[in-house]
Amino acid sequence: MEKKNFHIIAETGIHARPATLLVQAASKYNSDITLTFNDKSVNLKSIMGVMSLGVGQNADVTITADGEDETDALAAISDAMKKEGLAE
Amino acid sequence: MADPEFFGNIKNEIKNDHVNAEKALQDVADQFIKIFENMTDNHYMQERAGDIRDVCKRVMAHLLGVKLPNPALINEKVVIVAHDLTPSDTAQLDRKYVKGFITDIGGRTSHSAIMSRTLEIPAVVGSNSATTEIKDGQEIVLDGIAGEALVDPSETEVSEYLKKADDFAKQKAEWKRLKTAASVTADGQKVIIGANIGTPKDVKGANDNGAEAVGLFRSEFLYMDSSELPTEDEQFEAYKQAVEGMNGKQVVVRTMDIGGDKELSYLPLPKEMNPFLGFRAIRISLKRQDIFRTQLRALLRASHYGKLAIMFPMIATVKEFKAAKAIYEEERAKLIKAGVSVADDIEVGMMMEIPAAAMIADKLAKYSDFFSIGTNDLIQYSMAADRGNERVSYLYQPYNPSLLRLIKKVIDSSHAEGKWTGMCGEMAGDQVAVPLLLGLGLDEFSMSATSILKTRSLMKKLDTAQMKQLAAKAVTDCETTEEVVELVKKVVKY
Repeated sequence: MEKKNFHIIAETGIHARPATLLVQAASKYNSDITLTFNDKSVNLKSIMGVMSLGVGQNADVTITADGEDETDALAAISDAMKKEGLAE
Repeated sequence: MADPEFFGNIKNEIKNDHVNAEKALQDVADQFIKIFENMTDNHYMQERAGDIRDVCKRVMAHLLGVKLPNPALINEKVVIVAHDLTPSDTAQLDRKYVKGFITDIGGRTSHSAIMSRTLEIPAVVGSNSATTEIKDGQEIVLDGIAGEALVDPSETEVSEYLKKADDFAKQKAEWKRLKTAASVTADGQKVIIGANIGTPKDVKGANDNGAEAVGLFRSEFLYMDSSELPTEDEQFEAYKQAVEGMNGKQVVVRTMDIGGDKELSYLPLPKEMNPFLGFRAIRISLKRQDIFRTQLRALLRASHYGKLAIMFPMIATVKEFKAAKAIYEEERAKLIKAGVSVADDIEVGMMMEIPAAAMIADKLAKYSDFFSIGTNDLIQYSMAADRGNERVSYLYQPYNPSLLRLIKKVIDSSHAEGKWTGMCGEMAGDQVAVPLLLGLGLDEFSMSATSILKTRSLMKKLDTAQMKQLAAKAVTDCETTEEVVELVKKVVKY
């Protein structure tokens, strides 16, 4: 199992467009991937799950990947985060 | 629907709680709707609850085997009867099949009414009770000119109305012939009749109807149709497309008029008690100069490709106009220094929609290259009557002598400084108002594109000297709106 923390810097938080991109990135992998914020965890392959967390600016979130391609999955998600200006 | 969290929860509920699919769908959707609705600190997310509700409704209809009306799927000639039509509903209407629509709510400035004019679909709005009185499948005669609907008409009535429709089509054909003619009065005086547009796509409609200018290009669509602030390049492309499309005819772009009833999800503004009297339009632009400067740069760059003019909305004081103009001059100087081509004949003017500004029009005319009277707001602010409130709608009185006096003051003040005045509200294409406005000396009439030819045809019948007398009489002698209307109808031969 791989785990990584992110600090969200984007002014609007994880809103629809970046959420879609994160979900798209996560869905390419077989591992179970979750997003945790405020002690609540959701499936990162679910756009409604991700958006329902309401992650705003300055939130600290954790992403966990569990499965055979967990390392690649987490790397791809980190990339997407940076590219979208969500986290550094 | 492929969403694992949403679909997964529904499956789990069916499996674990032994409920049917409809209940599971409703429960899970309700949970998500509640979560999104509770995001009170993020207006954008809150609105997503509506999306879930919409999707849930469609799936539910499939589960229950019932049909939901979908305006995009209509494939026979119909009249739509609805409580209200939203912008997205009207955008889907197919003119081939939708012969008209009737709504319960709305007024002459409501979205549905404006769309009816733009799409040239006959409509009756604000009927109060159409949806309860009319049943699916009933035959309807819809008279968009009189604003009447006849349910289950007799054969004689049908043939009467068919003749009316035929006459109207003939009249329209005559107007079409005026398309390429200049707008002149009976005594040969020239005026400009222009179009109001909302997006660069509307330029086609403006040209098709023989517009001699665009008197108002609302720039809001750039902000409303986007999930974030439009970039300078995006705006530049839109403005360039509009000025190029008008082929050397003037295009007056109004800078961002957000606030009031227009909100942006990505630019959250605090809720206000009186949004129409609050933080909107130029008041936002002067505070959020980053947004304002981006827009001005895009406009300046586009000015190279045609004849562009800029106007600021909701100016109340000389100081506000000077501040906005100074920012414009700064951006202009910066672009020129950077070697960007900028037209040197850009007129910079302002909307006249606040009575306080109209009262000092003589002072403002020293600084503003032109005035454009926005009648909807000018009427609502002068009468202190919310234009969306049905109960005070009787105060929407464009011909009231009070309004005519304000308009006269504005036009006279601009002429005294060698400037011009236009009007870009619905009133500019109003058949009773046009003779009065001509008499008051209005230089440019800008209206829905579909009203242009009708107005040009009317203009040909009007004598300037006679209209001057008429307007003077209305301004000094008349006491009420009714007296003004009576006077106009007595003098003008329509």
